[in-house]
Amino acid sequence: MAAEKMSLSKAINASLRTALESDPKVLIMGEDVGKLGGVFRVTDGLQKDFGEDRVIDTPLAESGIVGTAIGLALRGYRPVVEIQFDGFVFPAYDQIVTQLAKMHARSLGKVKLPVVVRIPYGGGIGAVEHHSESPEALFAHVAGLKVISPANASDAYWMLQQAIGSDDPVIYFEPKRRYHDKSEVDTAAIPGPLHAARVVRPGADLTLAAYGPMVKVALDAAAAAAEEGKSIEVVDLRSMSPIDFDTIQRSVERTGRLVVVHEAPVFLGTGSEIAARITERCFYHLEAPVLRVGGFHSPYPPSRLEDEYLPGLDRVLDAVDRALAY
Amino acid sequence: MTVESTAARKPRRSGAKRSTTARDAKKQPEAQTELVQLLTPEGERVEHPEYAIDPTPEELRGLYRDMVLTRRFDAEATTLQRQGELGLWASLLGQEAAQIGSGRALHDDDYVFPTYREHGVAWCRGVDPTNLLGMFRGVNHGGWDPNSNNFHLYTIVIGSQTLHATGYAMGIAKDGADAAVLAYFGDGASSQGDVAESFTFSAVYNAPVVFFCQNNQWAISEPTEKQTRVPLYQRAQGYGFPGVRVDGNDVLACLAVTKAALERARTGQGPMLIEAFTYRMGAHTTSDDPTRYRSPEERELWETKDPILRLRTLLTREGLADDAFFAELERESDALAKRVRDAVRAMPDPDDMALFEHTYADGHALVDEERAQFAEYQASFVTAEEGI
Ligand SMILES: Cc1ncc(C[n+]2csc(CCOP(=O)(O)OP(=O)(O)O)c2C)c(N)n1
Repeated sequence: MAAEKMSLSKAINASLRTALESDPKVLIMGEDVGKLGGVFRVTDGLQKDFGEDRVIDTPLAESGIVGTAIGLALRGYRPVVEIQFDGFVFPAYDQIVTQLAKMHARSLGKVKLPVVVRIPYGGGIGAVEHHSESPEALFAHVAGLKVISPANASDAYWMLQQAIGSDDPVIYFEPKRRYHDKSEVDTAAIPGPLHAARVVRPGADLTLAAYGPMVKVALDAAAAAAEEGKSIEVVDLRSMSPIDFDTIQRSVERTGRLVVVHEAPVFLGTGSEIAARITERCFYHLEAPVLRVGGFHSPYPPSRLEDEYLPGLDRVLDAVDRALAY
Repeated sequence: MTVESTAARKPRRSGAKRSTTARDAKKQPEAQTELVQLLTPEGERVEHPEYAIDPTPEELRGLYRDMVLTRRFDAEATTLQRQGELGLWASLLGQEAAQIGSGRALHDDDYVFPTYREHGVAWCRGVDPTNLLGMFRGVNHGGWDPNSNNFHLYTIVIGSQTLHATGYAMGIAKDGADAAVLAYFGDGASSQGDVAESFTFSAVYNAPVVFFCQNNQWAISEPTEKQTRVPLYQRAQGYGFPGVRVDGNDVLACLAVTKAALERARTGQGPMLIEAFTYRMGAHTTSDDPTRYRSPEERELWETKDPILRLRTLLTREGLADDAFFAELERESDALAKRVRDAVRAMPDPDDMALFEHTYADGHALVDEERAQFAEYQASFVTAEEGI
């Protein structure tokens, strides 16, 4: 049963199970990850099968979770820690930024910290505050961390396997509003490189670059634009640190236009970095400035307003039209 | 713990309205009554019912030697900072007994998580002292392989390492190994959330970790009273493990209590907190000016409790060390100082390209790109020079 249709959250669960089975040093740690299976049930059934020593319910202390995971990694373990929601990672931000990211460099390569930090992120689920944020740029800015986000179940499965196998600390952002989206997962496949972007829909007139929860919106926008005769290429970035600029560049060299879409605020975000780099690399290929569509420079709003805040089909298509009008 | 229970029954100090910044000399004798002590400031051996220890003359000389060499190393580093060879130095002056006593309690496979001042513990672990100077000279952020001496890198962010220590100890417990972890931090660090979280985690998971708080009375300019309203060792009780206050200027007491605590941890009895009541005789670092916040009398009072002097008194009075021993140690100190001086001056600046090394274990496209650009940029100067 190599290929199977499953939800994104189920794929993560299957991936964690595979990791726990294949390496006794892999540990799952976090708040409520045991009996409850996590607040999103992503770790469902794992404690039952692997025991409390492998799937560890931790005290409610995020710095403690990441800080002790660092210590366990120093002892040879490979902890995969769950932060319950995006907005609650900040008590652990100090440990992640000052310790987890830097210890390999500080030890001149002697110490390796294979720690994965899983963070359900992003909005669109009608949650209360601190449950809908997209802080990926804050992590991608930090040297020593790798930052990735799958957009479908297959990537969710494989990218997590690869993150756990990596000797570098990886921040693994899970698009929580896509947890229930199903797609084909081939658990016997040979996955591509972890940090390579992927063209998920070919097109000729413009490139839409997105990641995580926004890949679906970008694909929907490309489909809608196709009805008006516009040919849009969609690139799923998959990795925010490093960013696969080569794949974006090749796409833009074909299409001449680029729109970057993410949920996070536009200002100083992932899209800004891509706009700057692609402008440097593709100046003579660009027919229009690189445009960005994303959240505003405001706190994530109350849920009744989140549809205005989150880039939807219309805002993406508006940017597409503006880019094509140059 | 008997120590804990007697202390718990002590009446609370009155005069809550007093200025909290005023140092209270009367506090010292009060603290003394709670201290585990095996060697008085006058160099007299005293017994403690729980923490007996019977070191051989050779061991006593060894502890003395460690303290003297560590102090000399520290003094040399301070001098090197004054001469512009080091950017900064954090002196351990006055804390030799706390560090050597606790450091000599360790087994080889125990693991130490220090702050940035544990030069004496590093010495006990066999880390070459010249390696400690790289980060203060600015040529690296560490400079030793933590795993070759089971002595982790210095940690600048206050309190962070107590969580690493706890996690490492959780790993030891998982491995079923016969080892323990010793985590150092200061009285100022006791206010940090990470220290509190490490107490919680270590208690919940019964981790074999010993927390060794060197209460040197000051966190830069802030006295301990600005960090806590109860004696620090009493905090442990609230987390469910024992805490004890030891005379931090008494190397024998520090050795005995740390030995007992590590043994407790190794035998599955969980964490313990040791508060070593000591004093930072020098400045916080070479950038600090302690005359702005503390009186010369305070230091003079603590000089009468000098950890090295009191062991020397014992060695001399009991005839355990002769003039030849002290003379030989003096020569050894001079040689160490010279070796340190020479090593620091010879320490090369890192290669330019080191900027791009070790950020990641598995590589990173952005680092590769920036490395290539930088190399090309640097090479352009060489080409330009060659062109002339
Ligand atoms: C999180 C953090 N805040 C502030 C500092 C700056 N700082 C360095 S040492 C220090 C005082 C620490 O005092 P204590 O924990 O008592 O240790 P001591 O230096 O006295 O041994 C401060 C405030 C720091 N390094 N880390």
